[in-house]
Amino acid sequence: MQKNSIKTVVAIGIGAALFFVLGRFVAIPSGIPNTNITLQYAILALLAVMYGPVAGGLIGFIGHTLIDLSWGGSPWWSWVIASAFVGVVVGLFANKIKLNEGNFGKKEIITFAIANIVANVIAWVGVAPVLDILIYAEPANKVFAQGATAAAINSIAAVVVGALLCIAYSKTIAKKGSLDKE
Amino acid sequence: MRSPIISFQNFSFQYRAQKQPTLHDINLNIYPGERILICGPSGSGKSTLASCINGLIPFSYPGECTGTLTVDGVDAPRSSIFELSRHVGTVLQDPDGQFIGLTVGEDIAFALENDCVPQDEMHVITDRVAGLVGVENHLGYAPHELSGGQKQRVSLAGVMVDQVKILLFDEPLANLDPATGKQAIELIDEIQQKSDTTVIIIEHRLEDVLWRHVDRIVLVNDGRILADTTPDELLSTQLLTENGIREPLYLTALRYAGVAVTPEKQPDHAQRLLLSDEDTQKIRSWYSACTPAPQPDERPVLLEVKDLSFGYTKEKKNLQNISFQIRKGEMVAIVGRNGAGKSTLSKLICGFEMPDSGAILMDGRDIADDSIRQRAMRIGYVMQNPNQMISKNMIFDEVSLGIRNTGLSEDEIRARVEDTLKICGLYPFRNWPISALSFGQKKRVTIASVLVMGPELIILDEPTAGQDFRHYTEIMEFLRGLNQQGVTVAMITHDMHLMLEYTPRALVFSDTQLIADRSAAEVLCDPEMIAEAALKETSLFTLAQRCGIAPPEAFVERFIEYDREVRSHGSEHGA
Amino acid sequence: MAANTVLNYLPRKSVVHELTGTTKLAFFLLFTFASMITYDTRVLICLMLFSFAVFHLSKIQLREVRFMLVFMLAFLFLNNLFIFLFDPDQGTNLYGTRTVLFHLFWRYDVTAEQLFYMFNISLKYFVALPIAILFISATNPSEFAASLNKIGVSYRIGYAVSIALRYIPDIQRDYHNISQAQQARGVELGKKEKLISRLKNSVSILMPLIMSSLSRIDIISNAMELRGFGKDKKKRTWYVQRPFKRNDWIALAIGVGLLVFSAVVTFWDGNRFFNPFQ
Repeated sequence: MQKNSIKTVVAIGIGAALFFVLGRFVAIPSGIPNTNITLQYAILALLAVMYGPVAGGLIGFIGHTLIDLSWGGSPWWSWVIASAFVGVVVGLFANKIKLNEGNFGKKEIITFAIANIVANVIAWVGVAPVLDILIYAEPANKVFAQGATAAAINSIAAVVVGALLCIAYSKTIAKKGSLDKE
Repeated sequence: MRSPIISFQNFSFQYRAQKQPTLHDINLNIYPGERILICGPSGSGKSTLASCINGLIPFSYPGECTGTLTVDGVDAPRSSIFELSRHVGTVLQDPDGQFIGLTVGEDIAFALENDCVPQDEMHVITDRVAGLVGVENHLGYAPHELSGGQKQRVSLAGVMVDQVKILLFDEPLANLDPATGKQAIELIDEIQQKSDTTVIIIEHRLEDVLWRHVDRIVLVNDGRILADTTPDELLSTQLLTENGIREPLYLTALRYAGVAVTPEKQPDHAQRLLLSDEDTQKIRSWYSACTPAPQPDERPVLLEVKDLSFGYTKEKKNLQNISFQIRKGEMVAIVGRNGAGKSTLSKLICGFEMPDSGAILMDGRDIADDSIRQRAMRIGYVMQNPNQMISKNMIFDEVSLGIRNTGLSEDEIRARVEDTLKICGLYPFRNWPISALSFGQKKRVTIASVLVMGPELIILDEPTAGQDFRHYTEIMEFLRGLNQQGVTVAMITHDMHLMLEYTPRALVFSDTQLIADRSAAEVLCDPEMIAEAALKETSLFTLAQRCGIAPPEAFVERFIEYDREVRSHGSEHGA
Repeated sequence: MAANTVLNYLPRKSVVHELTGTTKLAFFLLFTFASMITYDTRVLICLMLFSFAVFHLSKIQLREVRFMLVFMLAFLFLNNLFIFLFDPDQGTNLYGTRTVLFHLFWRYDVTAEQLFYMFNISLKYFVALPIAILFISATNPSEFAASLNKIGVSYRIGYAVSIALRYIPDIQRDYHNISQAQQARGVELGKKEKLISRLKNSVSILMPLIMSSLSRIDIISNAMELRGFGKDKKKRTWYVQRPFKRNDWIALAIGVGLLVFSAVVTFWDGNRFFNPFQ
């Protein structure tokens, strides 16, 4: 459908902008020194569920690339690809979670949590470190340690904050449909 | 007779998600070169009507159409948005949402890019159209470097590149300060004469649109056309007032003075209005019969701002040497053009930003060391857009958010929230999800969520922006009620009616400085001040001058006093 | 903050600035790839000298990009530190020998191989950094979308990038305003709160941000559709696109040449690593 394709383009753009702002400017102290929780993977999870795997992947890819560019360096491609991977994987579960119809109960929460944990663990303990080793020849135990930290932190952010966002969002649309004029 | 360029025949439309049609049996012909104002209160169906013309309905918002609608020879409901966009150029309400390009030039050329117009041709057209709307020197500017009025010009240029025959403006005045709104209406007028297009304006701010001539006003309510006639005819009836549209203030004044408004008097513009000697006499004697309102006693100072200066960057100051006082129980308007420093001032008072120099005192005590949270207990801040404040799904949770973690027990919290909800008239809705509320009710929820903290002063940013007369009155009467219960209220506003009717005193900002601290009526009768602060003179001033009443601000104040009496008693008396 | 400050665009007249965005994007990717595949010290030094020369040509002063430089140097330092802490023998693994220079403590010996490996890692940063800074500082953000489209990316995706750049400042401002108003109501993300309530509090800020962003998506897509976005499935023209000139072709040829050079030197002896220890 024509309409959906334009809306998806815009959602990718605005989603990438949200990803950028949260990833670049917002950090929550995690309690572990020098490790902050950032919220971009929570928003990515929500948007991937709403707009599907293609949009999810592109939001992660574009958003992460822009963050790296804004810091002045060349994008760290292995991690950029991992971000895109998270968006795609969570987006693939979107069919099972009909968020846009306002359904987000227990079953959906569990699906959502599994999707995010699977996506983040594979991305940060699999995709990113393996690419780091291949592309940058970094020591394996270093990149896996970094990856495990990222997987833990991003999973927490995505599951806790992402699920709360999905619940809140689903409630805003639950009452729509067949509204009588007031 | 010429054939119509837009023709609705027995046209009805029902959104897919709704049980009843939003438009019923519309019959409307619009002829080439006409200038039409479509007005109606919020939810009347006027925007739906506009969306049928540009194709957003039924292609973007699906639903069922019956009857026929022809737009410039095209069978609209069976065409497409793209096809219709060759005939109808739409300027939407939100200036930032429709400014898509990174710069002015790109945004104007957007439609040409989509049409695969070769680049050199594209530049020629863009330059020409930019010149037409007067942004030719800003082609490389980014949106944040432009004022609201300039953004709107760019939007207009962006639809004119297509050589459309119909220009459709959806609430063009909603986001503009009064002076810019006036210029926008002048620009539309000018463009229409230059390009010989048909112009359709959707607005509820009738008096502001009538600043320039319109051929016909179509009044819509409850999805039906209630009137389709010349401004002079329509203004002579009570139809507008009955349907929640505010008639121009000078006409209300005429009616109060017992002067009958008839089409022959040309009531569509305060300057064109024909007044006989007898009429003038009636107005004068009405004026002298009204007694001036008593001045309230001086109360102790609540907030004092002393020599405050601030800049977001070192190079540029956003506020310079601001000093004023607000007394307990006052209701004050903070006015001035966008970027004059009004919002910055409220951020400094709330502690969101720290001043470079100067002091802010509450009850005589400097609050420089108080945190945002400590200040929030005494000074509440309500944002313009309630959707940017609401973070919970249920009203109770939203309102209680601000007093959680303050050491109150759950029972105390419940009691305080319920009291606040009662004050705000939201108690019956306390178990509703917020998403089921109207915009005005949401606004109240945000006010309640600030009030619950028990502030002595609340600052509201544009409390009535984009609201029709009924919602405006609802919100403002509510705030006045709060004010009468002892809460001091300060409002940042562009709304001249609000200033006149609700705030005896106005602080006027212009270019980082506080340039006036006077009565609102005085400010709106002072042409110099009006120009400097991007305001617009009230038509009551014009009327007072034409009747030779001096000083005009006294006339304005009497009118407001009298009008309040009438409206609070729900009927006219003494006329 | 405007789109051009998100990415620190510094306009001026220089050979580099006059290249089209497409050329700069393609060159940036070719060069990134060339420096990515190699660990050959000789190649890296050649590439580094080249990228310093290009930086000089751009007439951009170091102090204008100080922030980026400092940030990347700090990142480089930390990364080297972590590499050493996690694996002081990565050099040995790669180069096959172990020449201990001196012993630090516990398992940490400083070896010539490790130092050489970390020297190479740092070289890679210095190769990539000037070109990356140039790519963002010398390219008009308005050209991004057109350039992506020109190198074969669908114009829809190109335009999504453009929308992101356009609305980052707006969303940043929204975030700022929302979080201030929520702070006034006691919503804190800082250390005062427990971790779980920090996360919960973040929802109170994100929710309004998302709702206003969703309505923004609706408005923007309506506005784009009303002005014919997506009318042609395959192509659209671009207001800012500039025609290719001689220098563009030269730059592209150099880019391809460097990539081939890097690939050949790196792989002709069958090893990515130049090994001075054998």
